Amino acid sequence: MIAHAIFFYTFSIIAVVSAIMVTASKNTVHSVFFLILDFISISCLFIMIGAEFLGMIMLIVYVGAVAVLFLFVVMMLNVAQQKNQWFAGQATSKHIPVGLIISTLIFFEIIIVIGGWKYKPEIFDINNSLANTSVSNTHSLGQILYTDYIHVFQISGMILLVAMIGAIVLTFRQRSGVKRQSYIKQISRERSEGVELLDVQSTKGVKIDD
Amino acid sequence: MIDISLGHYLTLGAVIFSIGVIGIFLNRKNIIVILMSIELILLAVNINLVAFSIYLGDLAGQVFTLFILTVAAAEAAIGLAIIVVYFRNSGTIRVEEIDNLKG
Repeated sequence: MIAHAIFFYTFSIIAVVSAIMVTASKNTVHSVFFLILDFISISCLFIMIGAEFLGMIMLIVYVGAVAVLFLFVVMMLNVAQQKNQWFAGQATSKHIPVGLIISTLIFFEIIIVIGGWKYKPEIFDINNSLANTSVSNTHSLGQILYTDYIHVFQISGMILLVAMIGAIVLTFRQRSGVKRQSYIKQISRERSEGVELLDVQSTKGVKIDD
Repeated sequence: MIDISLGHYLTLGAVIFSIGVIGIFLNRKNIIVILMSIELILLAVNINLVAFSIYLGDLAGQVFTLFILTVAAAEAAIGLAIIVVYFRNSGTIRVEEIDNLKG
C-alpha cells in the first residue's frame, strides 16, 4: 500500500509539472517533449492501477504516433517565429487575468463536485464486471470490445479512415512544373509511334531527330 | 494520504484538465501549443474514465477510453493538417495574427 502511494505521488507530480511545462515553455519543441513525458507518466499510472492494456496503447498511440506527429509539424513550420512568449505586450495581455480567474473557478468547481460525490452501488446495474480476476485485463477488454461494443468499434475505424483521407486531402498540393509519370500515356502507346525500322547503310550511320 | 483512493485520481484529472484549460486561455502566441492543451484535456478525461472503471469494477470505462484515444488521434491528425495548410496559405501560425474573422 505504501509503495502504491509512493508511485502514485511520484508519477502524478511528474505529470502535473510536465503539464505545466507544456503550456509555459517558451520553445515549442520543449513543449512537445514535456507532452511526451506527461503521457508516459500517465500511462505508468494506468499500468499501476490495473489497466495495463490502456497504458500500453497510450504509449504506442501517443508517444509513438501523436507526439512524433507534433514534432514533425513543429519542425516543418517556422520555429524561429513561433517562440512562445507569454507576456509580450501590455496591450495584448489583458485576457490573462480573466483567463486565470475562469480556469481556477473551473478547477474549484470540479474539486467541489469530486468532494461531494457519493457512490450508491444499488443505483447502477453493472454488466461488465471486473469480478472475474482469472482472466487478464486485455483478455476481458477484448471479450466485451468485440461483442457488446462491436458497432462502436467499427465506427471508430471509420473515423480513423475519414481522418486519414481528410489529412491527405487537406495537405495535398498540385504543383506546376513537375514532370510526372502518366500510366495512361505509357500503356496506350502504340508501336507505330515508338519504333521505326530503318535500313542502315554502311559508313553512313543513322540521322536522329531530323 | 497514504491510502490512494478514487478521489486522488479524480483530483489528478481535475488538475491536468485545469492546466489544459489555462493553456488554451492564456496562450495567444502559438496554435500548436493550443492543440497540445486539447490533448492534455483529453488525457484528463481518460484518467477519470479509467479510475472510475477500476474502482467501480466496470469495464465500460476502459472501452470508452479506447474510443477517446481513437478520436484524439484523428483530431490531432486533422488539426495538424489544418495548421500546415494555414501556414502554407498565410505564412503565420501566431494566434494574434489569425484574425480573419475579426473576432
